[in-house]
Amino acid sequence: MNSHTTDHEHEHDHTVFQKDIPEPKEDWEFLEIAIRELLIEKNVLSAREIQDEIEAWEKKNPEKGAEIIARSWVDDDFKNRLLNDGNKAVAELGFTVESLKLVALENTDELHHMVVCTLCSCYPRTLLGVPPLWYKSREYRSRAVREPRAVLREFGTTIPDSVEIRVVDSTADCRYLVIPKRPANTEKMSEAELVKLITRDSMIGTAEALDQDGQRS
Amino acid sequence: MTTRLISDLGGLPAGSIDRSEHEPTMTERRIDAMMILLRAKPRSFWVSDENRRTIESLEPTTYAESAYYERWVLAMKSLLLEKGILTEAELDEKVSEVRSRKQLAKI
Repeated sequence: MNSHTTDHEHEHDHTVFQKDIPEPKEDWEFLEIAIRELLIEKNVLSAREIQDEIEAWEKKNPEKGAEIIARSWVDDDFKNRLLNDGNKAVAELGFTVESLKLVALENTDELHHMVVCTLCSCYPRTLLGVPPLWYKSREYRSRAVREPRAVLREFGTTIPDSVEIRVVDSTADCRYLVIPKRPANTEKMSEAELVKLITRDSMIGTAEALDQDGQRS
Repeated sequence: MTTRLISDLGGLPAGSIDRSEHEPTMTERRIDAMMILLRAKPRSFWVSDENRRTIESLEPTTYAESAYYERWVLAMKSLLLEKGILTEAELDEKVSEVRSRKQLAKI
């Protein structure tokens, strides 16, 4: 986002750069401006608060979830606590999932979990950041519960037929976090190295964790 | 005969999943931020269930054709009116003012 302030090596025309900020075209974009300006004028919200909230959002990313998963891979006791009471376990690592129940689900050689929110877009944002567009799409929401294997194939993820696939549907009060299977030959890797193998999609269950070389298996 | 809710998509036939991603626009970020602030303490103007209720009661065609954050801003508008935080008249006036201002800026 900040290439403008951090990358001054290349030459660019600042006038043209400003035009990259798109002008509102749609009714709803004008509506957003109107609501925001009114709320600020009436002292319901301040511009500063909105800006701070946007910055707070940008700090949320899947890395937090990955730290939790990496810990569960190296510490069985932690994993059991995570499976037992997600909220309490992630609090040990300094994460809070406010007023929602956090349920961790472990993928094994026999069982693969995949998360969807068929009714809207419920997602563990505090741990994984903002959901990807496809998670909120009509297609994913419709198909994930009916033909998960076909959906997984579209994601390039092949789960053997012998493995049961369990699709869980999020609710407004409950968020799921998938613990992907720890890849083979990673026994000697540090927790920090393991974090890099744990992708956002592997914690949604539409992919597996990366292999020991950081490649998709 | 039951009438399925517009939001109740689970199990319906649908096409392939477009997995392209995009950086959220400023408009989307601001809608998201305002929604969080209005719902969170200390304001607590509404709870997430009310947010869902307003999204789910959008006109079916609006729901189907609108962008994700478009649905959010429409829901935010109904809740702000419903809770008496803004009035329809002041909002209409503001929208036209913003439109003419942005139009002038282009000339």
